[in-house]
Amino acid sequence: MSSKKESTSRTLFVALAVSLVSSIFVAGAAVSLKPVQIENRQLDKQRSILAIAGLGEAGMSGREVKDLFASRITAKVVDLETGEYSTKFNPVSFDPLKAARDPKLSDALSGDEDVALIKRRERYTTVYMVEQDGKLESLILPVRGYGLWSTLHGFMAVKADLNTVVGFGFYQHAETPGLGGEVDNPKWKALWPGKTLFDEAGKPVIQIVKGGVDPASPAAGHQVDALAGATLTSKGVDRLLQFWLGEQGFGPYLAKLRSQGV
Amino acid sequence: MSQPTVKEVLLNPIFNNNPIGLQILGICSALAVTSNLKTAVVMSIALTLVTAFSSMFISMIRSQIPGSIRMIVQMVIIASLVIVVDQVLRAYAFSLAKQLSVFVGLIITNCIVMGRAEAFAMQNPPILSFMDGIGNGLGYSAMLLTLGVIRELFGAGKLFGFEILSLAKDGGWYVPNGMLLLPPSAFFLIGLIIWALRTWKTEQVEAPAFKMAPQVINKEAY
Repeated sequence: MSSKKESTSRTLFVALAVSLVSSIFVAGAAVSLKPVQIENRQLDKQRSILAIAGLGEAGMSGREVKDLFASRITAKVVDLETGEYSTKFNPVSFDPLKAARDPKLSDALSGDEDVALIKRRERYTTVYMVEQDGKLESLILPVRGYGLWSTLHGFMAVKADLNTVVGFGFYQHAETPGLGGEVDNPKWKALWPGKTLFDEAGKPVIQIVKGGVDPASPAAGHQVDALAGATLTSKGVDRLLQFWLGEQGFGPYLAKLRSQGV
Repeated sequence: MSQPTVKEVLLNPIFNNNPIGLQILGICSALAVTSNLKTAVVMSIALTLVTAFSSMFISMIRSQIPGSIRMIVQMVIIASLVIVVDQVLRAYAFSLAKQLSVFVGLIITNCIVMGRAEAFAMQNPPILSFMDGIGNGLGYSAMLLTLGVIRELFGAGKLFGFEILSLAKDGGWYVPNGMLLLPPSAFFLIGLIIWALRTWKTEQVEAPAFKMAPQVINKEAY
């Protein structure tokens, strides 16, 4: 019996059978749970959009998040090149990150353009708006860029003047916990609201500075303290803001909005 | 050796043969996930389930597994179960899965799971192996929960995120010991727990592996 059990054909058969059964089991679980997982990911994103826009409170149930999101927030797809809204895509299902990987919907960035180190920029992206009685209250822009280990994905929310920060934060990153991971620290995030992003000419001047912001300096309004012990993450955050607020990012779109006088 | 009883395999690993306390296995995840009780509980449940079911499945096919590929077969079964657990967590406990992500995946390499498969499930019937897996999972859980309670209570003044000790920074009296939230503190705590266990159950004390010879040359070392 034991020699039969150890034969080559027997070994191959057991290996194959185990792999087959395991793969069916794993694939079955992955496929059947996928819809729930996608919904969770979407919910997580909606939750962070609401938090950054200062709506709702922490610890809302999934239903509350969904309802609040549906009642307060409008998503629109923007053509980053022209700054116009685009109706080519459904803003609910359009995935800008997927578009950034699609050569037809994105452009490769050359070395000196690519300050945020994202390699490709999608041509269309989704922006979110909080409106009150048909008037823009705040505008939420998706931003992303490379920190030390990972791409940080987040949102920047600005007031209707398109200049004052309402909130800023990341919903996905893999920076070192305790150092770069402190981008999630509520204390650091609380430094952002009220800061201004642009100078009079519409150039992004928001800056992350090391060694503390001097409140007496005239530039203090566009400066935020860097994270202690996380130089590269802080630099990455600084650069990704320069990129997304600049000409390669939302520059044309924001200019268009300003000229329309929202 | 006579056949172990269900009660033995279920309860022995908790104090008498604790996988962390006596076998010193699974330390890595015990350091990483015990800074708060919530992740410790989820990790305990995940590991207990994986150990129990992998032991059961391996035991069910133990007479079919050729010796030359037994490790890899065990590995495939364990890995499949871990992936399923990870998928379930991502579907039903998304924020926890985000915190645990890497460590759930690392259950695959947790020595406790592999150790029970190789040491117990390969020689024993499925139900008993399942119980052995549960027992060892409980042993691991007991240690994790102890660490989680101590670290979260004294490191952050909370349990399960609810405030127990009012913190000085919010006008209370307790100044939290931040070091307890860092992974190395779990090392000290595990060491202290092992000390306590071995003082209580002296049969766990190992014979010294070597003895230092007395100094014979009457001269200072230089």
